[in-house]
Amino acid sequence: MAFRDGPFENFKVPLVWTAAVAVVVAGVAAVLLLLTDKRENTANGYGGVRGGFDQAAAPVGGVLSAPVRWIGHLSDGVSGYFFAVSENRKLKEQLADMQALRDANITLKNTNDRYEALLGIRTEPAIRMATARAVSESRGPFSNARLIDAGTRKGIRVGNPVVNEHGLVGRVVGTTNGVSRVLLLTDVASRTPVLIDRSDARAILVGDGGGNPRLDFLRGQGTIQAGDRVLTSGDGGVFPRGLPVGVVARSIDGSWRVKLFADAGAIDFVRVLLFQSFDQLVDPAALEAPPLAGLQTAPAPSPELTARIEAVAPARRQAPATQPALTTTPSRPPAAAPSAARPPVIRPAAATPARPTATPAARPANTISTPPSTAAARKANPQPPAPKKKSSAPARRPDGTPTRPVPYNRMSNGGAR
Amino acid sequence: MRRGYQVRVVGPQDWILIPALIAAALTVLFGTPARLFHMSLPEPIFPMVLAFAWPLIRPSVLAPAALLLCGLFLDLLWGGSLGLWAVVMLGVYGVILAVRGLIQGQETLVLFFWYSGATLVAYAVAWLFVTLDAGAAPSIFAGLLQAAATIALFPLANLVIERFDDGDVRFR
Repeated sequence: MAFRDGPFENFKVPLVWTAAVAVVVAGVAAVLLLLTDKRENTANGYGGVRGGFDQAAAPVGGVLSAPVRWIGHLSDGVSGYFFAVSENRKLKEQLADMQALRDANITLKNTNDRYEALLGIRTEPAIRMATARAVSESRGPFSNARLIDAGTRKGIRVGNPVVNEHGLVGRVVGTTNGVSRVLLLTDVASRTPVLIDRSDARAILVGDGGGNPRLDFLRGQGTIQAGDRVLTSGDGGVFPRGLPVGVVARSIDGSWRVKLFADAGAIDFVRVLLFQSFDQLVDPAALEAPPLAGLQTAPAPSPELTARIEAVAPARRQAPATQPALTTTPSRPPAAAPSAARPPVIRPAAATPARPTATPAARPANTISTPPSTAAARKANPQPPAPKKKSSAPARRPDGTPTRPVPYNRMSNGGAR
Repeated sequence: MRRGYQVRVVGPQDWILIPALIAAALTVLFGTPARLFHMSLPEPIFPMVLAFAWPLIRPSVLAPAALLLCGLFLDLLWGGSLGLWAVVMLGVYGVILAVRGLIQGQETLVLFFWYSGATLVAYAVAWLFVTLDAGAAPSIFAGLLQAAATIALFPLANLVIERFDDGDVRFR
């Protein structure tokens, strides 16, 4: 007997009821997913589903974003054409300010380098970076994140800070082989330890889904005012210290908020700082080395230099009393040794000036050695200072500017205070 | 001679599958990190249109399943809590399904008010959950902005309803 021939022949379930049952079933499934969603417990910040989805969504977003990006460039071109005059005027004013800042920066950098050399300070070396392009973003009140097309293949790990050319953008919260998800500073789950540049006061930057995150846990009177620059404090070890974040502004509700530097331009291309913690920046062996270890790292003299040494040494041995010492003595003040009156100093091509604390008093007076790093010696030989940094320190151009990798605190707008 | 009538059949692929795919594609398109005239693109919840229109067109078993997938798609794409938008849109679907007898056949303005109310309630639910989950309240202003962008999609919802309501005699 068929089903329709039985007592249920005229039985029909209302369509609304079946739809309601489907809603309940789907709702229960959604709630279960919601309650069991634990992204933080995974090592890479992703579960298998999220990682696979982002891997698939990144190329699609990249293709779809291309024409929209072209349209964006077109609109930028149009607005640039119509606002060229005012933009030019503003840029000229900025350039005038920047030239003064540049001169001051050169002077301060020179002084700072000398202090570092004098005190034997080991500054933080450069942080390696990975460049990526944002292919998708969410801007809603409940989620502010971006998908970038770089992942673990480029060394990116969960927690890495992300910056653009203006300032800090956020941090990596999930990564796969070729795709990473960046949690923006404005996300409701974002908490960033920051400091006020003027007063060195500490605060926590709390995102709320709006454009300007809030400053919480500020202490003290007069520690903050509108216009103060906000930098990362480095507290907690997630972010390195000194990354530019934004400028303080007063909100209409009375709270202190931050206008983010990163919003000054499109966050299409970003750089991921491959920073994990401060201990990765310093070689433990270098930390435990004695302060004057750099003196022992001078390279061996070249054959040409050796020949010149051997030619000069016998003559000096024969007439030590009548001829002044070839090297500058440490007791001689720098001002008393004008470069024009000094005898020529033979210096290895790759040798670096020794630190002033390393007085060559223990050396024989008639040996040819590198002079102490006095002001006169530095003027006579404009080479970089002593190798106070470990080998991963950035190479420098002849004018003193660092080559790649660029340290995070020397990025454009990053190091200027 | 009696002329034959062409029977119009509207299958699930017409009023469920294709609109869902269009909503997903629009979501991805509006998720591109581009700026037009120094302004970001709006980010409305496109599947909200379907959550409102589908129960008015016809109660269906497939529609809740499609909404569940749409919600999960949004959560995965935006990196939010998995299931948040699925719960929210299924809630909207369920409410509209329960009161469809009151809404069906009403004027467009009445539909607009119902759509706006459903959207605002959906955002309130999402705001409440995110507040509990993150331990901090999202910006109400930012939420209202996105809700306004979603409410601005009402013409699309009305278009879908007019397109498929009475589109098939079997829907009556």
